[in-house]
Amino acid sequence: MSAVPFLERAPIELRDWFVQLLPGPLQWLTHHLITVVAILAVFGLFFAFTTVAERKLLGRLQNRLGPNRAGVPKFSILPWHLRHKLWGLTQPFADAVKALTKEDIVPTAADKVLHFLAPVIIVGFSLMGFAVLPFGRLLIPVELDAALLYFFAAGAATELAIFMAGWSSHNKYSLLAAMRALAQLISYELPLILSVVPIILVTGTLSTSAIVHAQGFWTFGLLPHWFVFTPWGAAGFVIFLVAALAESNRSPFDLPEAESELIAGHLTEYSGFKYALFFMAEYFGLTALSGLGVTLFLGGWQAPCAFLEFIPSYLWFMGKLVGMIMFFIWVRGTLLRLRIDQLTRLSWKFLVPLALLNLGNAAFWVLSAHWAGPLQLVRWAVSLAVIVIPFVVMGRSITTGYGPRSYRYAP
Amino acid sequence: MTLALILIAVLMLGSAATAMLLRNLIHSALLLILSWAGVAAFYLWAGAEFVAFAQVLVYVGAISMVVLFAVLLTRQNRIVDVLIEPATKARALAGLFVGAGMAALLSVAVCYTKFPALADAAPQTSVKEIGLVLMRQHGGALLIVGVILTVALLGATILAATEAKRQPEDKP
Repeated sequence: MSAVPFLERAPIELRDWFVQLLPGPLQWLTHHLITVVAILAVFGLFFAFTTVAERKLLGRLQNRLGPNRAGVPKFSILPWHLRHKLWGLTQPFADAVKALTKEDIVPTAADKVLHFLAPVIIVGFSLMGFAVLPFGRLLIPVELDAALLYFFAAGAATELAIFMAGWSSHNKYSLLAAMRALAQLISYELPLILSVVPIILVTGTLSTSAIVHAQGFWTFGLLPHWFVFTPWGAAGFVIFLVAALAESNRSPFDLPEAESELIAGHLTEYSGFKYALFFMAEYFGLTALSGLGVTLFLGGWQAPCAFLEFIPSYLWFMGKLVGMIMFFIWVRGTLLRLRIDQLTRLSWKFLVPLALLNLGNAAFWVLSAHWAGPLQLVRWAVSLAVIVIPFVVMGRSITTGYGPRSYRYAP
Repeated sequence: MTLALILIAVLMLGSAATAMLLRNLIHSALLLILSWAGVAAFYLWAGAEFVAFAQVLVYVGAISMVVLFAVLLTRQNRIVDVLIEPATKARALAGLFVGAGMAALLSVAVCYTKFPALADAAPQTSVKEIGLVLMRQHGGALLIVGVILTVALLGATILAATEAKRQPEDKP
């Protein structure tokens, strides 16, 4: 324990110090409660600032300023008054107050119980994924042997919640959109899980912390051995990113709530805080999936270079997580929304075959692990060819007849 | 520990029983899913982590969707409640007979099975060992299950694809 630097140990030590103040029977409970509260606080704030970052970044991408007006309320009783607007950073808190104070409208024809349960279930289950993510060298809420299986099992219930929301609203548009959302989620669950399987094949474990430890090596102390820097890992990471975008209903796959086509999808009949809960669950799901992507492909809490290890591991994890989220926002500002037939075709005809090929690729990588010298080059070349050639061929076949659109302005 | 088992059992059996009594098919389906989640909780109670997560993933995640889609796609009438009563006495008798037969078969199987590990402590197995046992000793069975599921998937695709050919999508 003493070999680990103090900053690394600090959160754990703080928790243990607090737990020891309490009487014996309460210690076990408090130990876990503190973990839960820490996750809720950190990722609740992370969610709040993700929304403001998203709005500001999207604003910049569209040549606007984004929200910059919400400052601190005027405390006129104070002798001084903070005149700075804080760059609009208090916007999420204003939004929270607005969502909480809005009227909660439940349609008379709605199934009241299910209408209430849907947002509760979706937030609850989207938070459960955080339990198995290793946030730092010592910071992992629950050390499970079957952590990856747990993560995907926890995500399975969100589909049920979307169905409940759509059906209980007793609204045609809600139900149609819920069915569409389910078709999308089921289609993309397959490439998502298939893109993760090569990692399990190579590391031989389902435990997230063991997977992070398997990536903790460097060549010359500079080049990290993250899985994204292998041919099968890079392909898996791209498939994972696309599937994660679709799983968390993000643009360009945000059909379930396409404003112009289906009003707001299964959220049509939700207002006020219940709507905010769905919104929250979406961001929690995105954050959890990004965290999983960081853990599996980007080395988790490992530093990119050996000499940078003095920075605490949880800061590395959060940095990579922020990077992933920024990437998702960038994608949202750049790409156009897909149509539902294009969406399902992309999954079943492109991503699933590629992910299956990638599984074979990873098997080849494991079998050729003992190759050395010039054979190492052959190994990389074969592994690259196995994934690049089908990508180009299938990509060509799926896009034939879809030339670049030409736009003409009216004369 | 026994209290937890009783709670789980009440949850499982209670939700299953309510599912059969309710007239609203969607409510029944959702309660059935709750009952499956109870089965997963029971596996967790018994210390079988892997099976519990697999149960949630397969039953709560996948089979629930099949059930709900089936209910929504096959219901033609707009009436929410359906009358669930046997049409004839013969059908009711047949149902009773099949149910009793199944119950008898299951109870005989449970009563006459020898549990060799009863006296020992529960073995500590890791997921890796489970995977190795599945792939090595029971590899054949795993393959057969995979083939059956693939055939079922292909059959469903063929059934869905043989309806009238749709208009080719409009070119952009």
